[in-house]
Amino acid sequence: MTENVPALEVIGLRKEYRVRGAGSTTAVASSGSALLGHPSKRRAPTSLVAVDDVSFTVAQGRSLAVVGESGSGKTTVARMIVGLERPTGGQVVVGGRQRSWNQMGSRERRRRAREVQIVFQDPYSSLDPRMTIRACLDEVLRLHFDWPSERIDARIEELLDQVGLDRRQADGLPRSLSGGQRQRVAIARALASEPRVLICDEAVASLDVSIQAQVLNLLSDIREATGVSYLFISHDLAVVRQVSDDIVVMRRGQMVESGPTEQILTQPGDPYTQRLLAAIPRPGWHPTSSHDSGPEQTPSTESS
Amino acid sequence: MTSSLASRGPLSRVRSRRSGSRVDTVVVVTGAFIALLVITAVFAPWIAPSDPNFGSILSSNQGPSAAHLLGTDSFGRDILSRLIYGARLSLLGPALIIVISTSIGTVLAIACAWFGGWFDQVVSRVADILFAFPGLILAMLAVAMFGPGLVAPVIALSIAYTPYLLRVIRSEALRQRNLPYVAACYVGGLSARTICTRHILPNVTPLLIVQATLSFGYALVDLAAVSYLGLGVQPPTAEWGIMVSTGQSSILAGHPQESLFAGVMIIVTVVAFNLLGDRLAARQSTGQS
Repeated sequence: MTENVPALEVIGLRKEYRVRGAGSTTAVASSGSALLGHPSKRRAPTSLVAVDDVSFTVAQGRSLAVVGESGSGKTTVARMIVGLERPTGGQVVVGGRQRSWNQMGSRERRRRAREVQIVFQDPYSSLDPRMTIRACLDEVLRLHFDWPSERIDARIEELLDQVGLDRRQADGLPRSLSGGQRQRVAIARALASEPRVLICDEAVASLDVSIQAQVLNLLSDIREATGVSYLFISHDLAVVRQVSDDIVVMRRGQMVESGPTEQILTQPGDPYTQRLLAAIPRPGWHPTSSHDSGPEQTPSTESS
Repeated sequence: MTSSLASRGPLSRVRSRRSGSRVDTVVVVTGAFIALLVITAVFAPWIAPSDPNFGSILSSNQGPSAAHLLGTDSFGRDILSRLIYGARLSLLGPALIIVISTSIGTVLAIACAWFGGWFDQVVSRVADILFAFPGLILAMLAVAMFGPGLVAPVIALSIAYTPYLLRVIRSEALRQRNLPYVAACYVGGLSARTICTRHILPNVTPLLIVQATLSFGYALVDLAAVSYLGLGVQPPTAEWGIMVSTGQSSILAGHPQESLFAGVMIIVTVVAFNLLGDRLAARQSTGQS
């Protein structure tokens, strides 16, 4: 892997929402409702800056975590990178190629899909309830690859294998799967187009802890096997410690601090990061304990 | 009725909640009735005991007998045969209305949900304006302009029914569109058309079927009303609405059979469609959560 061309580069990214009328709350920043983004342009332009001048780089095969409290703009950053939200300013560069919002034709979107994919937080609504797992993967593969059917079928098996699902489950609908299994399907679908960067937007937040560990191990195995880069959006510092090489801390749309995971978690420089660390509710957890299991080298040693 | 209650034990109730595929007596009965009605209408020439348009004045206004199971009308025509033939137009009209309004409504609804913005605003406002026109008034207007028959009321009622379907399907399509799986499809590079036709449409289809079924009953009543007023299909064509209307003159003479049986057919059919639609709706809402 060439280290000189970063897999993903974000330069001065900015997002403003125009808020209708007065009495705006910061809840708008989470942007849960308008998924594909039609910022409404109605009344007096009161604007809310959800993301302000965010820049970071993810090298090929590396893993970066963006952490911060709810409403800090981290999900908005992810949505702008995958093209679900239009940046007000700044650039998103994937594999050295700048992405622009001005040419969002279906060909451009298809090309983008080969570069960046995303796994959403809620596994229950991120799969089409009326499509079997196999059909779901088949659709993505047929869109991106001009392969004969046998090769597509073989690739589906390979993807299912990679995420640890068996063939019987593949012929079922999402409702026959558990949350963890659905999230595996979502990961398989994201990997189907062989992207350079996989964004995990709180991808394990809604899973229970044992399943979280399984999925996180799965993700690090996949990184080893495919060399994909990760961008983790998370508020859970325990998760971040396990999966990421570097950390960006965000607060109110701005970058507060960034650096290697170990450094940030052991010697946080910014008071906000310190408070974020202090807020972890686990009893007996000390930041210093991260020395024991170096997260970069052996992220998947705990269970398999 | 008692047997259906007995079969609905606690076990089957649990099962129904999970799979939503338990056999529902109401759905079976109304569905069978509707199917029977459609078969009767299609195969009318083979099923009807006599010619619906031939009658002898000598045998007018007879009560039910072996020769005429439901009696004869004032022209001596066999009422049963006329009901059987009448099922054709009485069902074809509403069917056309539903097909047209559902197609237009669904396409517009999904387009509204997908594009949002001004397109959605314009379509929704136009639909709001159309809501203000009662379907029957629109149908009468169309008849006044294009003359009586099947086509003018059907087109007018199709337009009048479109906003109802549009509004319901739009809200569901909008809900689907904002679910993460659609965003995942978008990020996956699928074209807008593929997402709409292969993902959003199948997910609004259950609701669409419910709405179409419910609207069918209303459309049938509206169209029968148009015929009753003499603005639809013209006599001597057999059609239930017309039969209610022409049978009126015999009622005072003590021969209510024509109006009565035609009216009963309209009521029973409408009730069947509404019950079926209600059941499908209830089933859908429990099956989804």
